[in-house]
Amino acid sequence: MGKRMPQAAGRSCAVSPCRVTTEKTNVCLWGKLMRRVVVTGLGMVTPLACGVEETWSRLLAGQSGAGPITRFDTSGVVTTYACEIPFGDGSDGTFNPDEWMEPKDRRKVDDFILYGLAAATQAVKDAGWEPATEEEKERTGVMIGSGIGGLTTIAETAVLIKEKGAKRVSPFFIPGSLINLISGQVSIKFGFKGPNHAVVTACSTGAHAIGDAARLIMIGDADVMVAGGAESPISEIGIAGFNACKALSTKRADEPTKASRPYDGDRDGFVMGEGAGVVVLEEYEHAKARGAKIYAEVLGYGLSGDAYHITAPSEDGDGGFRSMTAALKRAGVSPADVDYINAHGTSTMADTIELGAVERLMGDAAASATMSSTKSSIGHLLGAAGAVEAIFCVLAIRDQVAPPTINLDNPAVTPKLDLAPNKAVKRKIDVALSNSFGFGGTNASLVLGRVK
Amino acid sequence: MSDIADRVKKIVVEHLGVEADKVTETASFIDDLGADSLDTVELVMAFEEEFGIEIPDDAAETIQTFGDAVKFISSAA
Repeated sequence: MGKRMPQAAGRSCAVSPCRVTTEKTNVCLWGKLMRRVVVTGLGMVTPLACGVEETWSRLLAGQSGAGPITRFDTSGVVTTYACEIPFGDGSDGTFNPDEWMEPKDRRKVDDFILYGLAAATQAVKDAGWEPATEEEKERTGVMIGSGIGGLTTIAETAVLIKEKGAKRVSPFFIPGSLINLISGQVSIKFGFKGPNHAVVTACSTGAHAIGDAARLIMIGDADVMVAGGAESPISEIGIAGFNACKALSTKRADEPTKASRPYDGDRDGFVMGEGAGVVVLEEYEHAKARGAKIYAEVLGYGLSGDAYHITAPSEDGDGGFRSMTAALKRAGVSPADVDYINAHGTSTMADTIELGAVERLMGDAAASATMSSTKSSIGHLLGAAGAVEAIFCVLAIRDQVAPPTINLDNPAVTPKLDLAPNKAVKRKIDVALSNSFGFGGTNASLVLGRVK
Repeated sequence: MSDIADRVKKIVVEHLGVEADKVTETASFIDDLGADSLDTVELVMAFEEEFGIEIPDDAAETIQTFGDAVKFISSAA
């Protein structure tokens, strides 16, 4: 079968058949060692700020992005607060849409595309990757997904049809709402002609996108992939829908910054967020050859399905346990090697289920690891969450610091891990694990590590 | 300039993001003002909305320039 994948370059397997692990490269594919994948560019728009460093410094300082919803009249919905992106003139970490898309083009897209394009533009610039030849363009792809896509635009267009008739529907309604149109827009803007794809797995989207894109590079379908997720769910239909699922926090309208409190005994649901996270992934030798700044390596990726319930995880946390186990196996690392875990931790009843699964995975090593939920600060970015949180893991490795779980005042259970309550934890972080679990019972775990 | 021309120009400037002085009598939406085929569909819809008229598809295809638009709307409105 080796002939089937001539592009799966890298060094030949020392031992045949495959499934041989080595120190440097952990997985074989059809007789070839899989190629290594590193992270060379980062971009994000979050409720804390526009920009990676701006967001990161506020996250480490324990700030919250939550506040009363300003986007629409909340008199008809139960939850009146969320983590909105700070729009502004672009100074002091505010998000200025004009910097990322011309007003005439912005009108044609739902906000999730705007956020995704902004984060992707930051990531591509950060990576300094400007493919010059046709071949380089064809070896550069995009995989940016979304959990729900153009929900707000779809709702507004439905109202328009009701009020003014179907003939008034904009020609930009469809291309402005489709989930894969971030990937499309990014490819058009930068001329990336490689694989063009989009993931849709609810709250696991961002993690799946990074994992799947890394695999395209590992097996040789691309040398560079721009990957991540984006979401813009803060609208009446979005809030009403998640309220109906009983998923959102409802009790803290008087103090929204205290509402997202993963693992805390007083948590009462997640706080909706919005934004985008995008990374540039690159084949290791490709990155080295052009002298790129290398942040971290994508060591492992695991996926699983719960086969249990449409919105709730199984009570034994088995799905999450299996996705984490699969990711560690692919990475060729043991639980004792894991220094930091960025939890899915949404501030719902599911927090303790995930915690139980992590403790089961880590065993005795739990005592030496730190786990935090950054959703305590930025809320739940749904399809963008996994990508933003993978970037936090990359930065945790770079700066050797675990971001805090804010609002963790009265833990619901006594954890075997340090949950970094309310304060960032300076510590050794060589290997980080990021979890994302989505409606439908779809789980993804990423293992990121310091490049050795 | 007539009232109709002013209103048409305002729509063109807003939808295509161009300077008003570029919107001349003979300026082609696609060749001179940067529109693509979807933009022209949206422009025609905006004209219909603004002037309360209906522009059939075959007529819309003849509206290539700013001048064409003003002329058609003047005769239809």
